[in-house]
Amino acid sequence: MRDKAAVTMSDASPPWRAWLTTDTPQSRLQARLGRAWTGWRTFRRNRMAMAGLLIVLALVVVAALAPLLAPHHPYEQDLANRLLAPGPGHWLGTDSFGRDILSRLLYGARLTLMIVALVAVTAPVVGLLIGTVAGYLGGWTDAALMRVTDIFLAFPKLILALAFVAALGPGIENAVIAIAITSWPPYARIARAETLTVRHADFISAARLQGASSLRIILGHIMPLCVASLVVRVTLDMAGVILTAAGLGFLGLGAQPPLPEWGAMIAAGRQNVLEQWWVAAMPGFAIFIVSLGFNLLGDGLRDVLDPKGD
Amino acid sequence: MVKRCLGLIASVAVTLLGLLLVTFLIGRVVPIDPVLAIVGDRANADTYSRLRMELGLDLPLWRQFLRYLAAVAQGDLGQSILTSRPVLEDVLRVFPATLELATVAVVIGAALGVPAGVLAATHRGSLADHVIRLLGLVGHSVPIFWLGLMGLLLFYAKLDWVPGPGRVDIFYEGLVEARTGILTLDALLAGETDVFWNALHHLALPSAILGLYSVAYIARMTRSFMLDQLRQEYITTARVKGLSEARVVWRHALGNIAVPLITVIALSYATLLEGSVLTETVFAWPGLGLYITNSLLSADMNAVLGGTLVVGSVFIGLNLLSDLLYRLLDPRAR
Repeated sequence: MRDKAAVTMSDASPPWRAWLTTDTPQSRLQARLGRAWTGWRTFRRNRMAMAGLLIVLALVVVAALAPLLAPHHPYEQDLANRLLAPGPGHWLGTDSFGRDILSRLLYGARLTLMIVALVAVTAPVVGLLIGTVAGYLGGWTDAALMRVTDIFLAFPKLILALAFVAALGPGIENAVIAIAITSWPPYARIARAETLTVRHADFISAARLQGASSLRIILGHIMPLCVASLVVRVTLDMAGVILTAAGLGFLGLGAQPPLPEWGAMIAAGRQNVLEQWWVAAMPGFAIFIVSLGFNLLGDGLRDVLDPKGD
Repeated sequence: MVKRCLGLIASVAVTLLGLLLVTFLIGRVVPIDPVLAIVGDRANADTYSRLRMELGLDLPLWRQFLRYLAAVAQGDLGQSILTSRPVLEDVLRVFPATLELATVAVVIGAALGVPAGVLAATHRGSLADHVIRLLGLVGHSVPIFWLGLMGLLLFYAKLDWVPGPGRVDIFYEGLVEARTGILTLDALLAGETDVFWNALHHLALPSAILGLYSVAYIARMTRSFMLDQLRQEYITTARVKGLSEARVVWRHALGNIAVPLITVIALSYATLLEGSVLTETVFAWPGLGLYITNSLLSADMNAVLGGTLVVGSVFIGLNLLSDLLYRLLDPRAR
């Protein structure tokens, strides 16, 4: 968000830039914008990270405008034109029901974005809560919470997600739940580590002396400090989330037909992969490009937000 | 040392208990009624409640969990509905295939990943470094099942370099007595070289694709370990002494990162066992991954949870092993 604010500033005249880069900011807002501006400049220099940002933005745009961009309806069957090779009319070909693959990919971007967004707003929040509480309170709470975290961390994620989906039943919502359940522990670890470094800081003691409750200190003073490193980790993990969701879809445990989920589309194209390769190949490219985008973006963000990490 | 190892073993025991608790709870939230699954929906209420009692489903949850623990401790993971055999027997039968695949894959991963990481570290910032980093990112971004399909398309259908899915050509099947369950090894033990070469051919593509998955991770870790070492003063000393650059890098620096590298490789071995689930499905490889997914699709919960338990335990075991190796081999950790 902050970076976006800086984007609009990037075209500004030099006085603006001087205002942003001053070492004596007059207000908190100015200081924040200035920091965002320098961060953005570091980020912009990294060409791979910019490519990642573009890919992720493209995903968002495509998901938002899918009905406008798609040349056909994603469910519209046309049995006379099944398994057409890529060409004019159907740029990426058609699948075994004669549905336009490009249109299905464009609509599928919505599902991918939904999965990513749902995991991104659940797992890190749970992890943040558990990590900061464990780190701040210490003692038995810490020992118990971290034991649970370690147990989850020691599991093979995909297998555990499979078992959860088996129990909950296949479907895209359950796939999201399964992925979220298996992906919060690293966030708890990071949040706890960050909390431990600031727990005995003077400003925390000052807040406590003023009578702030533990809850207030955790929510208002500690959590905001953990956000930067969590954002980096979440972005880097999103590629893994996309791959796991696609894997579940491929196994028939994620999104169910006729939903145009990319992993499920690969599974559908599997029977004809040796003859009509494009049916399985195209969704795979889409998954690959989007997860590469998140990986590149995460790498770039790490350099900006968390320079000590590398 | 002994005390710390005991602590480690205790924490592993707690983790295993947690794993058992999770598989137990998953088994309980399943919407499938285990009694109905056995007696069928035409059984009368009397039969139903009697079996329910026999299965211990009327007991409080914690007592059910204790029963579950006792059963697992005796190696009883229940019956598979699909194969109507004990799950443990099934798992032991299919596991060697997964082990074979993952072992060859990790060898490939280490054989490519370590040199790539060393190269990236010694030529930091060069084109090679960037290419290796980019390849690593690509490896982290590509869906492995898709890569498998595309590999089959290219190397099997178009180029005809490798045989199709499966562990061995169909006319070689059942020729070799399963002694270890690892087909290549069994073929060698039986002196069937034809079967051995055929099985090796079948192994090539799936293990290469699975191996590529770990190359990225191994290369990245090797690079960062190497960079740490190359900064040290003993490296300068070695160079001042007039040792060749190759000897400095491959002998002195690499020798010093051997221990952390072993733990990294052990960890990626564990992830490969997991990654084999998707690979096995694509290549119709009759291992644990395929077993779990097939059971999943036919709602065979005993088999799914048994398989999960075994993979989870091996995973935890490998984690423990890499930890122990680190402590044993690295004098600084003692």
